[in-house]
Amino acid sequence: MLKTIAAAMLMSAAFVVTVHAQDGGKVTIVTSFSKDVTDPFKAGFEAANPGFTLDVQNKSTSSGVKYIDETKVNNQVDLFWASAPDAFDSLKSRELLAKFTPSVTGLPEKVGSYPVNDKDGYYFGFAASGYGIMSNDRYLEANDLPKPVEWSDLTKPEYHDHIAIAAPSRSGTTHLTIETILQGEGWDKGWATLKGIGGNLQQVTERSFGVPDAVNSGQTGIGIVIDFFAFSAQASGFPVSFAYPSVTTVVPANIGIVANAPNQAGAEAFVNYLLSEKGQAVLLEPAIRRLPINPALYEKAPEGFPNPFKDPRFQSMITFDADVSKKRTDVVDTLYDQLISFQLDNIKGATKAIHEAEKAVAANEQAAARALLTEAHALIAAMPITAEEAASQQIRDAFTGGEEKTARQAELEQKWAAFASEKYAAAKAKAEEALALVD
Amino acid sequence: MALVQSILIRRVSAKPGQIFAISVIALFLAIFLIIPAGTVIYTAFTEKGTGALTIVNFVDFFNTDLFRRSFFNSVYVSGMSVVWASAIALPLAVLTTRFDFRGSLIIQTLGFVPLIMPPFVGAVAMQLLFGRNGTVNLILNDWFGIRIPFMEGLNGVIFVQSLHYFPFILINLSTSLRNIDRSMEEAAQNLGSSGVRLFRRIVFPLAMPGYLAGASLVFVKVFDDLATPLLLNVKDMLAPQAYLRVTSVGLTDPMGYVISVILIAVSIFAMWLSAIAMRGKDYSTTQRGGGGLSRRKLSRGESIIAYGVVGLILLLVLSPHIGLLLLSLATVWSFSPMPDGFTMAHYGRVFGESSLYIKNTLIYASLAGLIDVVIGGAIAYLVLRTKVVGRRWLDWAATSALAIPGVVLGIGYLRTFYGVTLPDGTPLATLWVMVVLALAIRRLPYALRACYAALQQVSESLEEAAENLGATKQRTIRRIVLPLMTGGLLAGFVTSFSTAAVELSATLMLIQSNSDAPLAYGLYVFMQSPAGRGPGAALGVIAVVMVALCTLLSHYVIERRQKALGMTK
Repeated sequence: MLKTIAAAMLMSAAFVVTVHAQDGGKVTIVTSFSKDVTDPFKAGFEAANPGFTLDVQNKSTSSGVKYIDETKVNNQVDLFWASAPDAFDSLKSRELLAKFTPSVTGLPEKVGSYPVNDKDGYYFGFAASGYGIMSNDRYLEANDLPKPVEWSDLTKPEYHDHIAIAAPSRSGTTHLTIETILQGEGWDKGWATLKGIGGNLQQVTERSFGVPDAVNSGQTGIGIVIDFFAFSAQASGFPVSFAYPSVTTVVPANIGIVANAPNQAGAEAFVNYLLSEKGQAVLLEPAIRRLPINPALYEKAPEGFPNPFKDPRFQSMITFDADVSKKRTDVVDTLYDQLISFQLDNIKGATKAIHEAEKAVAANEQAAARALLTEAHALIAAMPITAEEAASQQIRDAFTGGEEKTARQAELEQKWAAFASEKYAAAKAKAEEALALVD
Repeated sequence: MALVQSILIRRVSAKPGQIFAISVIALFLAIFLIIPAGTVIYTAFTEKGTGALTIVNFVDFFNTDLFRRSFFNSVYVSGMSVVWASAIALPLAVLTTRFDFRGSLIIQTLGFVPLIMPPFVGAVAMQLLFGRNGTVNLILNDWFGIRIPFMEGLNGVIFVQSLHYFPFILINLSTSLRNIDRSMEEAAQNLGSSGVRLFRRIVFPLAMPGYLAGASLVFVKVFDDLATPLLLNVKDMLAPQAYLRVTSVGLTDPMGYVISVILIAVSIFAMWLSAIAMRGKDYSTTQRGGGGLSRRKLSRGESIIAYGVVGLILLLVLSPHIGLLLLSLATVWSFSPMPDGFTMAHYGRVFGESSLYIKNTLIYASLAGLIDVVIGGAIAYLVLRTKVVGRRWLDWAATSALAIPGVVLGIGYLRTFYGVTLPDGTPLATLWVMVVLALAIRRLPYALRACYAALQQVSESLEEAAENLGATKQRTIRRIVLPLMTGGLLAGFVTSFSTAAVELSATLMLIQSNSDAPLAYGLYVFMQSPAGRGPGAALGVIAVVMVALCTLLSHYVIERRQKALGMTK
C-alpha cells in the first residue's frame, strides 16, 4: 500500500516537474534595482530555465515593502529583491517571507564580518556591497581639493559644503554606514564624527540614488555611497573615484521568496539561478558592477576590482553587530534627522564659524581662544541621549507605541531638535567669541 | 420661519435629474477618493500602538517647531510662487489675446509644455542647467567669479515652482480673456478709457474667474507639491515632511497622516477663499462668437519689445526641456557647461520598449482627462446653476484630491480594492482601469477649476432665453451651455491629460506588470542607475513631444469645429 502511494506521489511529482519544464509560467519579482541590473538577469534566467518568464515590477524599497504588506491577503508576488537588509528584516518579522534552502552549496557564510544569509533561511545574500566615499575628479580639481579617503577627512574645513549623503531614515544602506561608524568608533565619538561631517554637508538627499546622481553630474563633489554606484558610474564613463575608509563594513544585498508565492517553483528556480555561477557572473557586467558572493567569480573580475574575500582591507573591517543595530534603528535614524538633516542650516553655520575661528587662532595662538573652540566642538558633539538610553525599552516603545513608553515619538523629536538648535547656537557664539579674541 | 420655508423651496427646486447627477458623482468620489484615502489617513486620529481614537497627534503637530516652521515656509513659498507665476503668465496671456501678434501660436502651443515635466529627469536636467555647478553657474563663475543660487533653499523652490506651474494661470487666464465680450471694452473706450487703465479697470476684472482659477490652483498645487522641494533637498516644508514620514520603511508614524489632514484643510480653505472673493460678482457676458476682445496691431518698436519679452520668457520656462533634450543626447555630462559628446544611442536603447509605454500612457491619460472633464463640468454646473443640497461638498471633496499625496492614494486603492476579486481570482486593484481612475481623481481638481471658470463667464440669461423658447434643461445644456464652455473644457482636458501623462507616485503603487506600465514608470525604472540617465532622458523627451503633439491636435480639432459651427450660423 505504502509503495503504491509512494509511486503515485513520485508519478505526480514527475508530472508536475515535466509540466513546469514545459511552461513554468510567470515569476513575479518586486525589486528596487534599475533596468540596467534586472534586464541582464531576466535574459540569463529565462535562457537557463526555459519556460519561465520573469516579470519585473520596479518599486522603491519602501514602497515594495508596503506593497507586499498591503497585498498579502491575495499575494501575487513571488520574490522580493533589494539591497537593504533591514527591509528584509521588516518583511520577515511580519511573516511575509517564506523559508527556503537554495540548492547552490559551497558559498561562504560570511562576507567581511557580516553573515551572508538570514540565520533562519528567510532571505539570502547574492552580492556584497561596501560603503565608502565617492568623488567627482573634475569637481575636486576645479576646487583644488585632495581626494578624501577616511571618514575623518570629511570633517576637515576644506570640504565644507562639498559633501552629500542620503538620509539614513530614507536609505537602508546609508543607515548601515551610520551604524557602522557608531559601532566602530563608539556612540559619542561616532556621533562627533557624523556631526563633523554633517557640518560640511551640501545636501541630505531623500533617495539613495540621489547622492551618486549629484556626484556624477558634478552638482556636489563628494558623496557617501555604496560601492557599486561608483563602479557602475565609472564603467559608464563618468569621471568619478571611490575609496573604502578603514572603518567600514561589507553587507550583502538580498533576495527572499514571498510567503504564499503563486509560483513557488519559479521563485526557487530564480534564487538558485541568482546564486549559481552563471547568475553571479552577471554581477560583473559594466552597468552592474556588484561584488559577487561566490569567491570563484573574482578570477574573472576586471583589473582592480575589489575582492572582499581576499583583500586585507576588508578583513580588518569591523565586526558589525546586527542585534545592537536592530535595537536602536529608529532612534538612530530619528536622531540623525533631528540633529543633522532638519538642522542643516544651524549645524553648517556653527561649523563654518568654528572653521573660521580655528584658522585665525592657528595664526595667532591664544590659550583662551583655543579653550573656547574646544568648548564649541563639545557643544556640537553633545548628544541628547546616551547609547544605553537609545537602546532602552522606554525609548523604543515611544517609537512603536509599546506599553513602556514615557513619551510620544513626536515629543521626543521636538525635545531633541530643541536641544540641537540650542547647542549649535551656543557653539556658534563660542566660535565667534574666540575669533573676536584673536582678531 | 422664512428661513425654513426658503430651505424647503430650495429643496423642492432640485430636479430629479440633478439629484441623480449629484448622487452619481458623490458615489464616484466616495468610492474612488474618500474611502481609499480615508482608510489611510484615519491613522492621524489614532494613538500609536493601541489604535484608540485621539486628537493628541494634532496637539503634537502644533507643539513641534519643525512642523510650525514647515507650515509657514509652505505658505510663504506658495504665495510667492503665485506672484512669480502671475508675472510670467500675465504678459504672455495679454500679448496673445489682446494684440495681433504672430508669436501667439507659439505661446499657445509651448506655454503649457512646462506642465509636462517628467519625474526625475526633469529634476536632473534643471540641476545640470541651474544647479550650483550647472551650465549657467559654471559660465558665470568662469567669467565673473560669481554663482547665483537659483536652486537653493526656499527661493530655489519658488523659482522652480513658478516655472513649472505658471501654465495653470496662462491657460485659464487666456481662456477667460478670449471669452470677454468686446462690447464691454468698446463701452469703456467710448467713455474715454484706454491703455493700462482700460486693462486694469475693465479687462482684467472681467477675466478674474480665469485668473483666480489659475492662481488658486498654483497656490494649492505648490502647497501640496512634494517633488520639487525634495529634488532641491528642502525638507522643512509640509508636503515633503508628510511624504518622508509616510514612506519610511517599518513603523507607521501618525504624524505623516496628520500633515496630510492639514494639507487637505489648507487646500480647501484656499479654494473657499477664492470662492469668497468671487461671491456676489457677476462675470458673465452675453455676447458670444465675436472673437473676444478686439486685437490691436503692434507698432514696429512694440513688436520688437514684445518678441524680446516673449522670447526671454519662453527661453526661461522651456530651459528644463532644453536641458532634458541635451541630456538625452549626451554621452557623459559631468561638471561641465555642455556634455562631453553627443550620441543617438539612448534613443536606440528605448526605441523598442517605448511604443508600449506610449500606447499605455495615451490610453490612461486621455481616459483620465475625459473622466475629469465630464465630472468637473458636471460639478461646476451643479454648483453654479442649481440649488441641490450638498453641491458645495462635491467641489470641496474633489479639490481635496490635490492635497492627498499620490502614494497615500495608491496605498488606499490597494487597501480598498485588493480584497475584491474578479471571478477568476485576480484582485480588482491589479486592473489597469484602477490606474486610470487614480489618475482621474488626482487630476480632477485641474479640470474642475477650468470648467468652473468657463461656466462663470456664461450668462445665465442665455439659458433662460433658451428655456423661454421651450427648450428642456437637457437640450439647453447640450445646445447652449456646452458649446459656450468649449474653451474651458478644452483647457481642463489639456491640463488633466498632460499632467496625468507624467504622473508617477500613485502609479508606482498600482502598476502590476510591465505590459501595463506608462511612460513615467519606464522612466523611473531607467533613472536608478548612472547608465540609465541618458535613456531615461530620451524617454522623457518622447513623453514631452508626444503629449505636446496630442494637445496641439486637440486644439486644432476644436478650433476647426468651432470655425465650422461659425460658418453654418
